[in-house]
Amino acid sequence: MTDEHGPGGCGPGEYGPDERSPDKHGRPDGRGPRGHSLYGPLEDPAADAGHREHPPRVGFFTDTSVCIGCKACEVACKEWNDVPEDGLDLLGMSFDNTGMLGASSWRHVAFVEQERPLGRQDAGLAGLPTGPSGTGQTAEVVADALRETPRGGGELGTGPVDLGFPSFDLPGAATGAEARTDFRWLMASDVCKHCTHAGCLDVCPTGALFRTEFGSVVVQPDICNGCGYCVSGCPYGVIDRRPGDGRAWKCTLCYDRLRGGLEPACAQACPTDSIQFGPLDELRERADRRLEHLHEAGVEEARLYGRDPGDGVGGDGAFFLLLDEPEVYGLPPDPVVPTRDLPSMWKYAGAAASALLAATAAVFVKSGGGGRR
Amino acid sequence: MSDDGLPREPRGDADAADVRADTSTSGRSHEGRDGRDGHDGHESRDGHRGETAAPAAGFRSYYGRPVLKPPVWKWQVPAYLFTGGLSAGAALLSAGADLTGRPALCRTGRLAGFGALLASTCLLIADLGRPERFHHMLRVAKPTSPMSVGTWILVAYGPGSGLAAAAELLPASWRAGRPGRLLHRAGRAGGLWAAAFAPGLASYTAVLLSQTAVPAWHEARRELPFLFTGSAAASGAGLGMLLAPVAEAAPARRLAAVGAAAELAAARLVERRPGLEARAYTRGRAHRLRRAADFLTLGGALAAVTVARRGRPAAAAAGLALLAGSALQRFGTFEAGVASTKDPAYVVVPQRARLDRLSERGPDR
Repeated sequence: MTDEHGPGGCGPGEYGPDERSPDKHGRPDGRGPRGHSLYGPLEDPAADAGHREHPPRVGFFTDTSVCIGCKACEVACKEWNDVPEDGLDLLGMSFDNTGMLGASSWRHVAFVEQERPLGRQDAGLAGLPTGPSGTGQTAEVVADALRETPRGGGELGTGPVDLGFPSFDLPGAATGAEARTDFRWLMASDVCKHCTHAGCLDVCPTGALFRTEFGSVVVQPDICNGCGYCVSGCPYGVIDRRPGDGRAWKCTLCYDRLRGGLEPACAQACPTDSIQFGPLDELRERADRRLEHLHEAGVEEARLYGRDPGDGVGGDGAFFLLLDEPEVYGLPPDPVVPTRDLPSMWKYAGAAASALLAATAAVFVKSGGGGRR
Repeated sequence: MSDDGLPREPRGDADAADVRADTSTSGRSHEGRDGRDGHDGHESRDGHRGETAAPAAGFRSYYGRPVLKPPVWKWQVPAYLFTGGLSAGAALLSAGADLTGRPALCRTGRLAGFGALLASTCLLIADLGRPERFHHMLRVAKPTSPMSVGTWILVAYGPGSGLAAAAELLPASWRAGRPGRLLHRAGRAGGLWAAAFAPGLASYTAVLLSQTAVPAWHEARRELPFLFTGSAAASGAGLGMLLAPVAEAAPARRLAAVGAAAELAAARLVERRPGLEARAYTRGRAHRLRRAADFLTLGGALAAVTVARRGRPAAAAAGLALLAGSALQRFGTFEAGVASTKDPAYVVVPQRARLDRLSERGPDR
């Protein structure tokens, strides 16, 4: 770890999340008990975790503007990692029947249909009759059904979810000019972000989750005892406990393949190079160039997500180019690692503990020895 | 605790509509911001479902799907929050009683404190996905994980609590002997040892919940420690009032009043925090549990400072009310957190508002 930020600098201290400085890069590095970084930009997470000599940090750049929704990444991941079935359900989320990342879905391709053109793209429907899109209605029906499930839809990607019939109309059953809709399709392959400051890793009480020499975050299945803390520690809702198995599972960035000099299965299977694998520095440069290119081409809505080392998780090891706001893809708009507030939370706990001790002492002292009130 | 406290029942329609109705007031107007007319397919359309569906305008989501994974913890975890706090409160009370010559209060505190500790251990192990691997918690000591810190607090606390309880269980005929006197002294040391760790045991669980991405828990990180230690004091004192003779229970009655006051005050502060997250505490099942807890705790505390000194039945009733209030408070807090992960509004709306404030203040992203 380069100690450029100086040791002993305390966490951000007393802050609401709102008091974050506009210049997000200028923040002091949050430091934990043994000098490990808890928050803020961090040059080398592997070294911070104790790896002395290690390969460069690697990750994914998922360029959703070229994703065609083929789900080869989902299949390749399942095949290589022997990830079990997560429920064969029709979800009514366009072509997405996975729904969410989970214990048994380590890649998830999202499908979003929107009634608007992509960039300056012309669908050739100008002046022709078009009908309204049914996606809004479907989305609402799906949302209502999700709320009725035991985990409110959080079981998606982990186990079966029965949402009933999302629609009574067969897709494509309507014919005629009105059935045409001018719309764009957003597709995005989601994955564990392998955060610089990983909430799951910080809270794991057994050491089952660890930071690899590649800077990725991996669960050791022989150590995990299924306490479930990581599930609530993740600000992206990625990791989950697998029912029946009892342990927590998530993307390993194909740790075994990396050690064997191969790229992760999903990146290798991606036919459009929407999923790009490589050293993170290189990917960030490439992403910046791609963003610039898209903006020049008129795709103003393109943006990078998780690329900024100054964000709430210190930047993602797997980051994205998106064509709309993150929440449209089911991603949190501004995730923050819960560990950021660790020092201040212990201060409050310490104050409460001291108050409890003092109060107990006071109720005895006041009465003297054995007296009645 | 009955199955009513189970945190993961399907949500009622009314609860869901409640939250969603409220997001419209704090959410931003999407249309105004980027000039499109919001036909992105993920905003509710007014009137589609009649009056049952409040418009979820103001935030966008992926088919209304939650962003976070709801906690996988079941009823055992809030039950442990209660028994752990109870054990800590009882240990503190028994140590004070021991030092000020109140043998009956000391005895109940030690025995109940150890009993609650045993229950806590069972609950914690039962909630694991792989209970037979519970000892993996002892592989590491990890300051960034409140669960690891709590494990080691329990490891330190347990033997003291056990020793103190063992000293109480010694048959009277053995006490006069040399081993008996030795165990009595060891019991006092053990009780004080446990009391030294008890405040940590009572308060670390607040950090345990707060150091998560669960919006309602993380947002209440300043108040939860006071809520939990207050609740621990009230439950420990309630137990003392329930089981110890009235003549010795004066400190328990005072501790009950102080603890209940802290618990009630912290509970109010939690729900009055600005921001959407606080609303998880005042909606649906969490609201009902917490309201019941408030009444029980308030009633128990009022009885503790008035009628509880007059007779055993009144003291016992007050004690029971405090215990029930403390338990329900924990279940209510737990349930609020779970509810806040199931609805994407609790994640998206505050984070989006934060980004909007940032981009207003700072340079464009």
